[in-house]
Amino acid sequence: MSRTPDSQQRVKFYQTGTFTVGNRLLDDAQRTVQASVERANSLDSGHRACQGCGEALGARYVVDAALRAADDKLVAANATGCLEVFTTPYPESAWRLPWIHSLFGNAPAVGAGIAAGLRARGIDDVRVLAQGGDGGTTDIGMGCLSGMFDRNDDVFYVCYNNQAYMNTGVQRSSQTPPAARTATTTVAGSEPGNELGTGKSVPLIAMAHGIPYVATASVHDLHDLELKVARAMEFHGARYLEVFVPCPLGWGSKPADTIKVARLATQSGMFPLFEAEYGEITATTKIRTRSPVDEYLKLQRRFAHVFQPGNEHQLEALRQVAERNIRRFDLVADTEDSA
Amino acid sequence: MSEDIATKPFAVSLDVGGSLLNKTGSWRSERPVYVDRLPPCNHACPAGEDIQGWLYHAEEGDYRAAWEALIANNPLPAIMGRACYHPCQDACNRAQLDQAVNIHAVERFLGDLALAEQWPAPIPGSPSGKRVLVIGAGPSGLSAAYHLARLGHAVEIHEAGPLPGGMMRFGIPRYRLPREVVDGEVRRIVDMGVKLHLDSRVDDIPALLEAGRFDACFVAIGAHVAKRVDIPGRDAARIVDAVSFLRDMETGDAPLQLGRRVVVYGGGNTAVDVARTAKRLGAEPVIVYRRGREQAPAHDFEIDEALEEGVVVNWLRTITETDEQGFKIEKMELDENGWPQPTGEFETIEADSLVLALGQNVDQGILTNLPGVALNSSGVVEVGNDMATAYPGVFAGGDMVPAERTVTVAVGHGKKAARNIDAFLRGETYTPPPKPEIAVYDLLNTWYYSDAEQKVQPVLDAARRTTTFDEVLSGLDASNALFEARRCLSCGNCFECDNCYGICPDNAITKLGPGRRFEFKYDYCKGCGMCAAECPCGAILMTPEST
Repeated sequence: MSRTPDSQQRVKFYQTGTFTVGNRLLDDAQRTVQASVERANSLDSGHRACQGCGEALGARYVVDAALRAADDKLVAANATGCLEVFTTPYPESAWRLPWIHSLFGNAPAVGAGIAAGLRARGIDDVRVLAQGGDGGTTDIGMGCLSGMFDRNDDVFYVCYNNQAYMNTGVQRSSQTPPAARTATTTVAGSEPGNELGTGKSVPLIAMAHGIPYVATASVHDLHDLELKVARAMEFHGARYLEVFVPCPLGWGSKPADTIKVARLATQSGMFPLFEAEYGEITATTKIRTRSPVDEYLKLQRRFAHVFQPGNEHQLEALRQVAERNIRRFDLVADTEDSA
Repeated sequence: MSEDIATKPFAVSLDVGGSLLNKTGSWRSERPVYVDRLPPCNHACPAGEDIQGWLYHAEEGDYRAAWEALIANNPLPAIMGRACYHPCQDACNRAQLDQAVNIHAVERFLGDLALAEQWPAPIPGSPSGKRVLVIGAGPSGLSAAYHLARLGHAVEIHEAGPLPGGMMRFGIPRYRLPREVVDGEVRRIVDMGVKLHLDSRVDDIPALLEAGRFDACFVAIGAHVAKRVDIPGRDAARIVDAVSFLRDMETGDAPLQLGRRVVVYGGGNTAVDVARTAKRLGAEPVIVYRRGREQAPAHDFEIDEALEEGVVVNWLRTITETDEQGFKIEKMELDENGWPQPTGEFETIEADSLVLALGQNVDQGILTNLPGVALNSSGVVEVGNDMATAYPGVFAGGDMVPAERTVTVAVGHGKKAARNIDAFLRGETYTPPPKPEIAVYDLLNTWYYSDAEQKVQPVLDAARRTTTFDEVLSGLDASNALFEARRCLSCGNCFECDNCYGICPDNAITKLGPGRRFEFKYDYCKGCGMCAAECPCGAILMTPEST
C-alpha cells in the first residue's frame, strides 16, 4: 500500500485529514465556514445559553452556513424555546440577521408567510429559514410543519433536537429517547424514565411528505453538517434538517463533553446521519469508529438508572435502538468499501 | 438603567441592543489558556531537537525554514538522518494510533536537500573576541564548534586523525553513511570560519591553551582504544580489533587479509557493522556473542539487516581458545539474572580470522597535565551537568564521558557544552530554560486525526547489498517526505486547525491569522471547556479562576 506511486495516491493528506474545523494546510474551499474569520457569527457572544450548549453551537453552524449559501440574504423565523429565550430577551438580541419570533408552534407557518410575502412583492433573492427545538417542532408545531411540507413552501426548516423541553425545565417531548429521565418521566417504579418504545422520528415523517430535501446532522461533525446545509439551500421548496444538539443541563452531561456526547451518539448508532431527496434516502454518513452504546449512555445522568440492577432490560432496549438504526440506515461501511 | 425603567414598555428591563452588552465571562469558574507542551519526540531527543517545531514548517512544504529550525539544534541533519537510532520515534504518540512518524527519514530528506542546494549554515554571531579550542572532529566536537561559532567565538578544532568525522567516518560503515554526506556537513561548519587542523594530536592541553591563547577548551576525543580479551593459544596475526578494522577500511592503510571465514566476537552495533562490512568484502562472517539476541546491545533492525545479508549469528557462545583450524566455542546458558554461564559443551568453528568487537576505551593520554581529571572506574571522564571537567575551562563530551555512545548523544553534548562554555566565557552560569509538561497521548483528542500509514524508505536489494558498499536505505522523495511530515500530530503545540475557533458555542475566540494562532475573549468565555476537550493536540489547559 505504501509503495503506491504518488500519481495514484488519490487521497490528499492534510495532517489531520478534513476532520478538524479548518487547518492552515487546506485550500479555502476545503475549510468549513466556521474556520473563516469572515463567518457571519449570526449568533453572537453574550447570549445566555448554558455552558457547553449544543443548541447555541448548532444554530450558529447552521445559520452561518445558510447565510453564506444565501449571500447573506436570509430571514429567520424562530419557535419558542431555549433558542429564542437565551438569544433574545426583548429588546436585546444575539442574532445578527433579520429574525422574528411569534408563537411556540407556528414557526413553520410564519416562515411560510414570509416566503409568500416575498414572492408577492417579487423578491426572489431572499431565502427563508425557520427553526425551533424538538418540542416546538415535533409536538406543538407538528401541524404547522406538516402543512408547510404539504404546501411545499419555500422554507428551510431546522430542528435542533435536544430531546426534551429544556427551556421550561426538562419535560418529556415526543423526541425524548426511551428510558431517559426527564422532569415528567422520573426515575421511579419498575419502568423508570421515559417509556420504552416511544420517540418519533420527524425526519422520517418529513420524508413521507416527499419534500425535496431531508437530512440529519450532528454538532460533532461540522463538515457533514455544513455540506447538508449547503445542499438544502440548493433546493427551493420545503426542506427539513434535524441537528443533534446535546444539552448538558437536561442530559446531566459535562459541558466540556457536548461534542463528545454527540460523537458517541452517532458512532454508537443512537443517532443516524442520513440525507433524503423527494422521500428517498440518498446517502448515509457511515460510522467511522464504532462505539458501544454504553459509552454514550454513561456520559449522561439521565441514563444512570439503566445501569442499576433490575433495569437491564432498559439498557438492552437502548442497545437495540442502535442496532436497529445501524441495520435500517446501513451505518456500518462494508470493509471492502472502506479499503 | 434602573431609573428609567418606568419609561420602558411593560415587562421590559433591557435597553435595545445587541447581546455583546452581556459579559458572560463573569459566569466562568475555569478559564482556558493556550499552552505549549513538550512533545514526546523533543523530550526523547538526545540532541535536544525541536522536532515538532521543524516538522511544522516541513508540513507546509517550506523545507528551507524547516531545515533552519532543525539546524538550530543539530548541525548534522543529513548524518543524523542516517546514523541516529531515532529515540524520537520510539516516543512518538502516533505509534499508539498507527505507526510513529518517520521523523528520521524527514530529517534525512531535509539534510540531503540542504546539501544538494548548498544552503549555508547560519551567519556566525558578532565576534566575542574569545578563542575556544576543540579537540576531536567527531560529532561532539563538530557540534560544539558549530554552536560556539554561532555564538561569535573563534573556534579551532584539532583532530588527531587524517580526516574529520570521528566515529561517523571510522566507525559507521559507508553503506549506512556515505562519506560525501559527512564531507558536505563538515565543510558547511568549516565554511562558518571554524579552523580545522587534521593529523594534529594533542598531548598537553594546558600547554596548547597557553600557546594558542585559548580561553576555553572542549575535549571530545571519543573512545578508540579497543577492549581486548584473553583467548589462550591465539595467533595474533589472525586477530584484529573492530576499531582498527573499520578505520583501515577508510584510510586504506593496511591490506585487510581476513580470509574466507571471519568470526566477529561481540553483540553490539560495531560487531554487526564489522560482519556486514566483511560480507561486502567477500568473506563469510559469523558473529559469536556470549548472550542471546534479547540481551545483545545491537539494535534489532541492524541485526535483521545483517541476517538478511547472510551474516550468521551464534548466540550464547564464548570463544575459549584458538588453534590452527579455527576457534573452540563454548555454549552458554543464561542464569536467572540474564547473565551467561558456561555449560561445559564445546564446538569448533573453522575460521581464518577473528575480529574483536568488545567495546572501546578512552585513550587517557589526553589527560596528561590535567590535574584532577582522570578516568573513573568505568574508564570515562566525569563531567558535571555543565559538561565541565575538574580542570577550569576544560569541558568534555561525547564517547569519553559517561553516557550512551551514539552520534546523537555526542551532538547533544556538543550543544550543551557550547552553551556552558559561552556562559563560562562571559563569567556566567548557563541555566537551561524550564521544561514544560510533556504532551502525553492522553492529552490528545485523536478523533480528528485521519488514518495515514507511515511511508517506508526503499531498501537496496540483497544482491547489491552483499557485493557493494552502496547505501542500503534510500531517502524519501519530496512527496513522501511531505506526507510523512504531515503525519505529525503536533503534540502539545497549536497547529492552527481552527477547532477551538469553530466549536466555541459562545464565539469567544479570536482567530489572529496564519502563524499567529488564537486568542480567548474572556469577556464572553463561559469556561465550558469544550475547546480544551476538542483540541486535537492538547494545547489548551483549563485552569481555575483565582477569584
